[in-house]
Amino acid sequence: MWGILRRSAVDGGGFSASSLRRTRFALVSARSYAAGSKEMTVRDALNSAIDEEMSADPKVFVMGEEVGQYQGAYKITKGLLEKYGPERVYDTPITEAGFTGIGVGAAYAGLKPVVEFMTFNFSMQAIDHIINSAAKSNYMSAGQINVPIVFRGPNGAAAGVGAQHSQCYAAWYASVPGLKVLAPYSAEDARGLLKAAIRDPDPVVFLENELLYGESFPISEEALDSSFCLPIGKAKIEREGKDVTITTFSKMVGFVLKAAEKLAEEGISAEVINLRSIRPLDRATINASVRKTSRLVTVEEGFPQHGVCAEICASVVEESFSYLDAPVERIAGADVPMPYAANLERLALPQVEDIVRAAKRACYRSK
Amino acid sequence: MATAFSATLPLHGSSQENRLLLPPTRLPPPSSFLGSTRSLPIRRLNHAHAARRSPVVAVQEIVKEKKPTNSLLITKEEGLVLYEDMILGRSFEDMCAQMYYRGKMFGFVHLYNGQEAVSTGFIKLLTKSDSVVSTYRDHVHALSKGVSARAVMSELFGKVTGCCRGQGGSMHMFSKEHNMLGGFAFIGEGIPVATGAAFTSKYKREVLKQDCDDVTVAFFGDGTCNNGQFYECLNMAALYKLPIIFVVENNLWAIGMSHLRSTSDPEIWKKGPAFGMPGVHVDGMDVLKVREVAKEAVTRARRGEGPTLVECETYRFRGHSLADPDELRDAAEKAKYAARDPITALKKYLIENKLANEGELKTIEKKIDDLVEEAVEFADASPQPGRSQLLENVFADPKGFGIGPDGRYRCEDPKFTEGTAQV
Repeated sequence: MWGILRRSAVDGGGFSASSLRRTRFALVSARSYAAGSKEMTVRDALNSAIDEEMSADPKVFVMGEEVGQYQGAYKITKGLLEKYGPERVYDTPITEAGFTGIGVGAAYAGLKPVVEFMTFNFSMQAIDHIINSAAKSNYMSAGQINVPIVFRGPNGAAAGVGAQHSQCYAAWYASVPGLKVLAPYSAEDARGLLKAAIRDPDPVVFLENELLYGESFPISEEALDSSFCLPIGKAKIEREGKDVTITTFSKMVGFVLKAAEKLAEEGISAEVINLRSIRPLDRATINASVRKTSRLVTVEEGFPQHGVCAEICASVVEESFSYLDAPVERIAGADVPMPYAANLERLALPQVEDIVRAAKRACYRSK
Repeated sequence: MATAFSATLPLHGSSQENRLLLPPTRLPPPSSFLGSTRSLPIRRLNHAHAARRSPVVAVQEIVKEKKPTNSLLITKEEGLVLYEDMILGRSFEDMCAQMYYRGKMFGFVHLYNGQEAVSTGFIKLLTKSDSVVSTYRDHVHALSKGVSARAVMSELFGKVTGCCRGQGGSMHMFSKEHNMLGGFAFIGEGIPVATGAAFTSKYKREVLKQDCDDVTVAFFGDGTCNNGQFYECLNMAALYKLPIIFVVENNLWAIGMSHLRSTSDPEIWKKGPAFGMPGVHVDGMDVLKVREVAKEAVTRARRGEGPTLVECETYRFRGHSLADPDELRDAAEKAKYAARDPITALKKYLIENKLANEGELKTIEKKIDDLVEEAVEFADASPQPGRSQLLENVFADPKGFGIGPDGRYRCEDPKFTEGTAQV
């Protein structure tokens, strides 16, 4: 546990050789003590985060489709209706624009809504409220009216759900000033970031991933504490390395970590950055890492044009150009609406092989 | 009493079909529902709903039941307050037009001339903690709610002393102090926000156990009544029994689109009972009638009986905005409504019923003229926002600007608000 605390202290800041060694050791030791450390699924992490925030502050309430009696479309809000009652857990009719607007209006008037979208694809029906009445209000009213609302739900591709249920909205929301956009990966990320989001006085778009809900991650005692919070705007170095920097977020972090293992076998040491926060983007951490490794590979699941990767590449080229030893590499989803057939869907999303290939290209180890 | 001072047109039953055959720019024949309050056909409430909710009665009947025909609807003080508020709205908007043409105001400016009775009729019944949500035609709603003329004028000039420090503009009047929750450019956008504010009222009472009977009034136009969000909110407001009043300012025109050309059933008040709330139609050029309906609707909401939909038939004397050439509206239609100017009508009422004399009203007019002049001078003299204000107020918690190259939060950089920090 001491090692884990140390690890979170060095994240995002400067590195020293000794702390690198220590954190490596801590990572390894945490895993080898699996029987002793706890594991938690992302679903339970989110559920416990909402539960604790609701019990701490009576102004927090949940609204969305199927969040109450159905226990949540993906069971994230399981048990909340029984615990807090129908006045704090609202099953809404299928009216995204209407209930999102109601959430925004309630936030204007001082409450703290947590609005769930069954998937962020449905948020397109409410995007006017997320952007025009939530994101821009603090600015338009010159600070008089802030909007402490959280919009959360699964984002990006699931398995075989087709074109209209698979889009990744990170790039769209992250381009709007006034919104904070978070994308957790592990259970600890999910808990810490959701708690921070609910406590935050600004509108937060919280992009989860359906396929991660069931995955278990080790979780520290510190993360289980009810006042645990992760800072918004700081990325996490999941794995230290010295040859190439690979940045990503959400489900792709898992793929990149696997790719990093494969690369390690071939002698390439990859530094994996879990962005955690898409807006504000932790440019400092990314650039510091690139200045150390001199190579960048950015990975995301969404459409390539105007994506999060494009922004990171631009930022690195602007700020760390003279440190780059190779052109920046961008791995994104295919520039097509998501196909249904399983093999085509696999082709349309970045896979571990694609990431490995890109990293090797950046290291001039392949064509 | 309800017909004290407006010319109402009789409602004949037969013209439903005729209306659709008319060329769009002509007035429908006088046998339409427009202009009539004689028989408010709200009695067609579903019986099932009527059993659960308080009975909805025509305004006329309320007035007849409660007051004998020779007593007045308002006292002298109330009358003068209403008059002053409407004169403020009118003078302010006229001054806006002048300033716009002189280049002091810019962008989109939508004026409220002619519709003052609706704003005054409703907002003067509200307390400071009640909320108002409006559209882009929001100057007069802000003024009626209590935002000072100086603050609104400065905001329109884009000066730092404006109610939103020049960051909002004509279409985004916000005031936390007066619970003016905007000012929205997208039509229909304010309706869910207003419903949310009403939701908060109810939440405070039921969950937080606070003593809260605040109501919210949402103002929007006829064009908005064809927008999905309107229906979504009618449904949810009735479902959750929220303390909200939906006020439709039906001025018959959405820029150049006539209400009759764009709506399958133009009688908007009817859409209330379809969702389980009373729908009332009132003559929006008559501030006293509006006030009577508003009293009933606000009392309903405060008692926890739920929402009301009020359709105010009104008219805007000017174009949609100052950039609108206003060519599609018939001169005869404009003349007809100009003859029903709410301010002239109230003045006539006050004088005829000996509530005020010419002199007192002239004093009020002069006072307002001076106030508006002073507001312009104040706005003129105010400075524009400083450069550093560009980056301010994006977030309530400015750590949202992220982390600077030195690894610390940007907002902690002492140069951040000077505008020289790198973004």
